[in-house]
Amino acid sequence: MPWELKPDRPIYAQLVEHIVQMILSGVYPPGSKLPSVRDLAKEASVNPNTMQRALAMLEEDGLIITHRTSGRSITEDSEMIRKTRTRIARDQVSEFLEKMQKLGFEKEEILSIITEMIKEVRG
Amino acid sequence: MNPILECNGLTKTFGPKKALSDINLKIGQGQIVGLLGPNGSGKTTLIKIATALLTPSSGEIQISGMKPGLGTKKIVSYLPEKNYLNDWMRVRDIIGMFKDFYEDFNPEKACDMLKRLNISADDRLKTLSKGTKEKVQLILVMSREAKLYLLDEPIGGVDPAARDYILETIIGNYNPEATVLISTHLIYDVEKILDHVIFINEGRLVLSSSVDEIREQGKSVDGLFREVFRC
Repeated sequence: MPWELKPDRPIYAQLVEHIVQMILSGVYPPGSKLPSVRDLAKEASVNPNTMQRALAMLEEDGLIITHRTSGRSITEDSEMIRKTRTRIARDQVSEFLEKMQKLGFEKEEILSIITEMIKEVRG
Repeated sequence: MNPILECNGLTKTFGPKKALSDINLKIGQGQIVGLLGPNGSGKTTLIKIATALLTPSSGEIQISGMKPGLGTKKIVSYLPEKNYLNDWMRVRDIIGMFKDFYEDFNPEKACDMLKRLNISADDRLKTLSKGTKEKVQLILVMSREAKLYLLDEPIGGVDPAARDYILETIIGNYNPEATVLISTHLIYDVEKILDHVIFINEGRLVLSSSVDEIREQGKSVDGLFREVFRC
């Protein structure tokens, strides 16, 4: 997954999102080890201090665990990973709903569009 | 946090021309700092005063509490904007010279990085291209275990791929307790790796801010620079 960073948002916030995505998509499965701060920083071509800050935030959220001697690993708590996944999905949907409201759609209309499109995708 | 570099009322005049006027500045440890400004804004003058190559007209600069001189040269690793390598030397000679000059120089680290660039210790410096010479110089400077690295235009003269290599070298060798000051006008290329930026223009300090603060306002450093220095 390439690290694409937008220039007009804090980098640490974008790194947090990117690493969460890597965890959810299984690049880093539950319980697996994370590369060192330096290696991750090099991979993303960012300042190690910024990477450190992103990892500290993920640690605060509980998604990453720091071991005293052996670096960092992803939490083994799959319930927490599932919750994070749901939270991100809800964020995405609420953003979508806001846009649809701006376009003047009612709740029922939105629902029927979604149902229709899901059917189409299933083919 | 003790500042590694501090300027108080720093002023430098060349005849009637003010190159720096009343700069007040503190830079903390453990950061990568961008010294940004258009051509002729005073970036190189500031760095030359910090390396004791120039003396201030008034005001002072302190590095880790010391005036620039012998004591500060031990802890400051400086990359000048010019190439100062002697063409008759071989890579091996210049490594030997750095080893003699600087207690904190790590020759293994330098050799390792040179090897990765396929530069041999037997190569004569005059056979290297301009871009390769610049890389060699940066490798030498970054192979010191210094407290403060002053890099004057490290990416000015090289192609974009070499720029990436240089920035990677800076990140890869960066020690979290050291401070790296990078002067450049190529902001877009460096802004990803900066913690803090200092804007100077016509010898005056225009802005000193953390990069996160700028981005939290929804701006890029590059965008802000263009706003501030609109011609």
